[in-house]
Formats: sequence, structure tokens, C-alpha cells
Amino acid sequence: MSVDLEMEEILKVFFEESFEGLDTMESRLLTLGDGADRETINTIFRAAHSIKGGAGTFGFMEISEFTHSVETLLDEMRNGARGVTPDALQVLLQSVDVIRDMAQSAQAKRPIVMTGAKALSGELTRILAQKVPPAAAQTPSAAASDAAPAGASTLRASAQNAAATSVGQPKRDNAAANMSSTGPLEGWRIVFAPDVSLFKTCNDPMRILDELANLGPLEVTANVDALPLLSDLDPTQCHLSWTLSLRAAVEHARVAEVFDWVDANSKIVYEPIYASSNLSPVAPPPADPTQAAVQRTAGPSDLQVAAPNAAKSGGESGSLRVATEKIDALINLVGELVITQSMLCRFSEKYEPADVESLRRSIAQLTRNTRELQESVMQIRMLPIGFSFNRFPRLVHDLSRKLGKRVELKLSGENTELDKTVLEKIGDPLVHLVRNALDHGLESPEQRLAAGKSETGTLELNAFHEGGSIIIEVKDDGAGLRKDRILAKARERGLVDSDALLSDEQIYNLIFVAGFSTADAVSDVSGRGVGMDVVRRNINDLGGHVQIFSVQGQGSTIRIRLPLTLAILDGQVLRVGKEIYIASLVSIIETVQSTRENLSCVAGRTELFKHRADYLPVVRLHDLFGIEPDSRDITDGLLVVLEADGRRVAMLVDELLAQQQVVIKSLEANFKQVPGLAGATIHGDGTVALILDVPGLIRTFLERQTAHIGRAA
Amino acid sequence: MASTILAVDDSASMRQMVSFTLKHAGYEVIEAADGVDALEYARGHSVSLVLTDVNMPRMDGITLVRELRQLIAYKFTPMLVLTTEAGPEKKMQGKQAGATGWLVKPFNPDKLLATIAKVL
Repeated sequence: MSVDLEMEEILKVFFEESFEGLDTMESRLLTLGDGADRETINTIFRAAHSIKGGAGTFGFMEISEFTHSVETLLDEMRNGARGVTPDALQVLLQSVDVIRDMAQSAQAKRPIVMTGAKALSGELTRILAQKVPPAAAQTPSAAASDAAPAGASTLRASAQNAAATSVGQPKRDNAAANMSSTGPLEGWRIVFAPDVSLFKTCNDPMRILDELANLGPLEVTANVDALPLLSDLDPTQCHLSWTLSLRAAVEHARVAEVFDWVDANSKIVYEPIYASSNLSPVAPPPADPTQAAVQRTAGPSDLQVAAPNAAKSGGESGSLRVATEKIDALINLVGELVITQSMLCRFSEKYEPADVESLRRSIAQLTRNTRELQESVMQIRMLPIGFSFNRFPRLVHDLSRKLGKRVELKLSGENTELDKTVLEKIGDPLVHLVRNALDHGLESPEQRLAAGKSETGTLELNAFHEGGSIIIEVKDDGAGLRKDRILAKARERGLVDSDALLSDEQIYNLIFVAGFSTADAVSDVSGRGVGMDVVRRNINDLGGHVQIFSVQGQGSTIRIRLPLTLAILDGQVLRVGKEIYIASLVSIIETVQSTRENLSCVAGRTELFKHRADYLPVVRLHDLFGIEPDSRDITDGLLVVLEADGRRVAMLVDELLAQQQVVIKSLEANFKQVPGLAGATIHGDGTVALILDVPGLIRTFLERQTAHIGRAA
Repeated sequence: MASTILAVDDSASMRQMVSFTLKHAGYEVIEAADGVDALEYARGHSVSLVLTDVNMPRMDGITLVRELRQLIAYKFTPMLVLTTEAGPEKKMQGKQAGATGWLVKPFNPDKLLATIAKVL
């Protein structure tokens, strides 16, 4: 693998890790409101710390610098120097958003927009400045100065180091202070007296001396006075000290850096040597500190240049994290498949009629292997819905604050797995439904009390399996949908005839009509009436559908039914003439054979089928697709009652064949999109069958119907 | 034979970055995700150098260094601590635990290699 590619991989890991860390911070911050426990704060701190460190190392200085102030605040909370206030929590939560935005920009190779960060930095500074008990006042400043190098660029970091050391310098070295009073600096006289324990940390004085010698000509005098007798000598202890004279006009910081690892347990005295002290002038310093600093910055900026290329191809690669067990299960299955294959191979070499039984067994095994393999491969695409539910604690927290409502969020079934694509696409509709439930569904604490309910409303998000589908419920115990208001609004807008009698379900479904809103005022949370139609469309696109249950005064439940996966469909095989079609089982209500009494004709064109209390338009599939059926008489064929988008039709076909799972193959890659067709599948015998797109089919049928009526008028 | 370095960091990206840099420079690298894992590895193997992050779950870097120094095979193994906190307090803690030195984050690959070359 090339260096760039490998770097790209590492960056990908960095971003993945950072987003995970941010999610952790967010979810833990939300739990902090109920009382601060040390371990939780520590976990949040660690996540921030890792992001800061990583961002610095990978050259995202803006992220690193901003995260640093967040870390400082968290550090104070961790140390107990600061209480966990709602104010601080809010700022921390907002900071998580800002960092996430910055990281997303960085990942996408967009310039990092600093507006959010700048605004919040002010907030953070304000919070950091206030409310710190005097006793702890030292902590933040110390933290700020020691962590500053991490946030600043490398160039600034070295300047900072220099500044820091020169502050500490007078303690060890008074002479340095009068530097300006004498001639130019020529070198340093250093007394280096390490503690006896020096070797315990594996620091070799020889290394230090070598490093010093790299800076310029070095004169070394060893002091052996402290050396014990050989019989008493402990070779793991250091008994030597040195007097060193370095002939190089380097900054104090440069020399001190050499002793950085040992100065904590050594006595070190630095004394500058100036030209006036009668020493011969020395050659230009071999190591120029400014130059060294510039060279050092070259590293990170290289990294920044390498990064854009890296993420270009990486970005939205649609990668999938798969649990190791799932891969293991696959490998196991492939192993079994290989065994079955070798069993079958035997028959191709030598086949005797007596083998027929074991051949049959092998094929049965192959069938089982294939099915299991298919299931396991599908499993890989399955992710727990928890990935989508995760964002809701934060959302509900923020929104309920904004709306002045008290809400308890209950999540259940987070481990229910569904297809990755479905999971990604269900996020936005869910957010919408949750916003709606908070804004319109749940009442204010006062209203709730007045209605005899507890002050705190409950919002539940449930996910579970039912049959071959996944059900997701958004359930609130709020006011419920007001049928009268919905109906009144719909009549006012001419969506419903004033004398039409509608079932509860039909009334509730009105809220899915584009532009429909009963909200008295449009808030920035919801109420604009855009959205519910989009919600339904998104869910329908996923092959799912939405149902609403509501009891006035007690709450509403929005139930979303989704297919387990988009790639496989439970289908009903239908025949019309010589053509075979497949309709998704979820869209079929029932299939009936009609008698003449149940049929009627309106306006001489539209055929209606009386299905229980409803009159359903009859869709002649053969007319729609222009094919020759077995019979044109409705009573000869079968009527399949289909439902989509809240509409029902009766579709005339010649025969119902098997029900089976079919793998959906897209047609649009090779053909133009045909209205009413969702795709194709390949049968076991190699023939292709087309899959009906039921909502599209109904729409096409109705459009033609209207066109006819239009012409007739 | 190439020197083996035990790299300990809870962040996978930092670990990979360190490992990537070191491997390209010809070192063998053993990765560990925290102090506990590193210590477990160290009980069965010796290495030429330990490079550890400080802030980690389960067991932090300073504790790891202290524990490692108790092992005979690690008495004289250089141990470097990767830290964003090079304040005097942290330094002293590291020293007392037996750390050879530290490397302040963020660092670039050249700095990492130069620092390692000092002790190996």
C-alpha cells in the first residue's frame, strides 16, 4: 500500500473515532443532568482529550484548539473545581455540535467554518472565567499554559516552550537575566548533577552529552567525588556528576530541551558564557533554533497536503462496520458450501444410478447452504436501529427546553436490526415525527396538570419485529389528534367534500397531505405543514407505510412498518396472459373472485368492484400494460385488492401463482424507468419477471382515468 | 534484528499513525489499546521500547510505566510517554513511575522518530 493510501486509511479511522467520541460525549453529557458522577465526566473528558490530541496530530488545528477549551472546562469539572451547571452543560452540548461540524468539514475537505466555534469560544471563556472557587483559580491557568502547545501550531508551540522556560529560568540561573549587560552570548557552562535514581528511568547520561555535543563543541569534566568504593558500588545507581562547557551561542531553551527528561530529578545549573569573558569567538552555531522550528512545522503541513487527496476517494465510500461474529458465521458457511461442492463433484466423476439418493441429499444440503449463506450475507447489511435512536435523547432534551415542556423519552428495541439503507433513510422522517410529537402532541406542564395528567409527558420510541417487517412506533401521551379540527381544516381547504363521511383512519391520513397544518402558529420547530407528506413519501419509498392511532386526550401513536431489507421482497407471483408479474405481499389486502352482482359501471367507463363497504376501481393490468389476457371477463379472473398511499384498487389478473421471496434487480440501470414497475427478478429457470410498483401503478391508472374523463367532458 | 516497540494508545487512529510511522522506519511494532492489554503482553514478551499514551481507560500510561518497571525484563527498557500535558507535575509523576521521557502531542512523524532514535 502506498504511503498516501495508508495515511488515508488512518485518517478515516481518526474521523470515525472522533465521531464516535462526539456521540459518547453527547450521550454522557445528557445523563449528567441527573447528577454528576466522576466516571461519566472522566469518560467525556477522555473523549474530548482524544479528539484534541488526534486533531492536533493530523493537522486540524482549528478542531484541536477549540476542543482544548472544552477539555479545560471538563477538566475542571473532573477535578471537582467546578460544579456541573445546566449552563455549562448546554455550552458543552453545543460545543459537541460545533466540533462535529468542524470534523465533518475537515473530513469532506471543505474549509472549516469558524463562526460557530468563535461564538462558543466566547461562551466557554465566559464560563471558564466565572464561578471558579478562588482555591482552584490556579488550575485553569496552569492547564491553559501546559496544554497550549497542543492547541497551537508547532511553530507557536516552540515559542511557548521558550517562553515557559524563560519564566522558570531565573530560579536556576540568575546570570541569564543580565544577558544584555555584557557582550554577545558564546555558550553555556552547565553543571549536571543527576539524582542517584537516574538509571531507573533508563536515561543514559551519555545520550545527553552526545546530544549537547551536536549543538557545538563540548568540553566535559566528570566529577567522581561521590563515587563509592568498588565493594559498595551499586551499578544501578548514578554517582557521577558533570561540568560541561558548550561553545555554541544557542538559546537557553535549546539547551534546556536536552535536559527536559532528566531535569525533574537532577540538579542542573546553567550559566551563560559571554564574549567579554575572554574566550575566543566561536563559529556560527550549528543548530539555529528558528530554523529548527521551521523545519518542524514542515511535518504537519505535509500531512495537511496529503490529507485532501486521501479523503477525496474516501469520503462517502459507504463503508460498513461489521461485527466479527457475522464474518465468522459467513466463513463457517462458506466452509460448509465447499464441503457440499466436493460431495457433488464426486458425482460428476463417476455416477451410478444407485447414488441417486445421496445425490439428492447433497442437493438438499446445497439448498440449505445457499439459503443460510444468503441470510448471513443479508445479516451483514443489518444494523441495530439504536444508531438512529441515539440522536433522540439530545434532540428531545434541546427541544423540550426550547418549548418549555417536560418530556421523558423512553427507547425500546434499540437492538432491532434493519438494513443499512433503510436505517439511513428512516432517520429524517423519525426526527420529523418526534418534533411533531413534542410540538403538537405533548402539552405544556400546566395543560397536563389541568387535564389530570402528570406534569412530565412521555415520548416512546419503540422498534420491534412483526412478521417479516420492522415496526417503529413514535408514541406520545399527549393531547392526541383532534379529528374535528383536522376535518374542519380539510374542508376549509377543499381537501374533503363538506358532506363526505370519513373513517378515523382517513381523517388522520389527511395530515399527510402536502401543506396541511392545523397548528395555530408556525413555530421554528414545526407547524409549517411541510414534512408529513415528505415523511410518508420517504417511508413509502422504502417500501414501508405509516399508520396513525390516536385517542383524543390520551395521545397518539405513529406506526411505521418497514421491510427488513430493500434487496429482497416477499412477493406474490401473478399471471396475466403469458406474462408473469410480482406484487409485493405487503401491498395486497386480499384476493377475491368476483361475482357479477359485485360489479358496477360508472359513467360508462369506470368499473367498480364492491368490496365489503367500499367501491374499488377495477384496474385491468392487461389494459395498462397492453397485453393479451386469458379472458377479459372480470368474473373469469381474480381481483387482487391492493393498497398504497391510502388508496385501494382491485387489480384484475388471470391467475395467482406462488408466494416467494424475490431478489430485486434494478431496471433503471439498463432501461428507462417505466411507470408502475419497480424492478425485475430472475426466476429459478432463468426467466425474468417484472416487479410491480403498486403505488406507481395506482397513480398511473388514476391519471389515465382522469385523462379519459377529461376527454369525455 | 529490528527493534520491537510496544505502542499503547486507546485511540486507534493515533496507534495506527504511530505504528505506520515506526514500521516505515524499520521498527517492529506491537499495538495495545490500553495499559491492561499492554501489561498482559509485557508479561510474556520483552520489547526494546515502550511508547504509551497517558489518558486511557482501564489503566493509564503512568500506572502502566510503574507496573512495567516492576517486571525484571522491563527494568532497563526505555519508556516514553506520549502526552499533551507536559506540565512539571505530570513530568514528576512520570519520572517517579519510571518513565524515561515524554513526547508532547501533537507531534509529527519526524519528531517521533528523532525522539525514539535518542533512546534506542
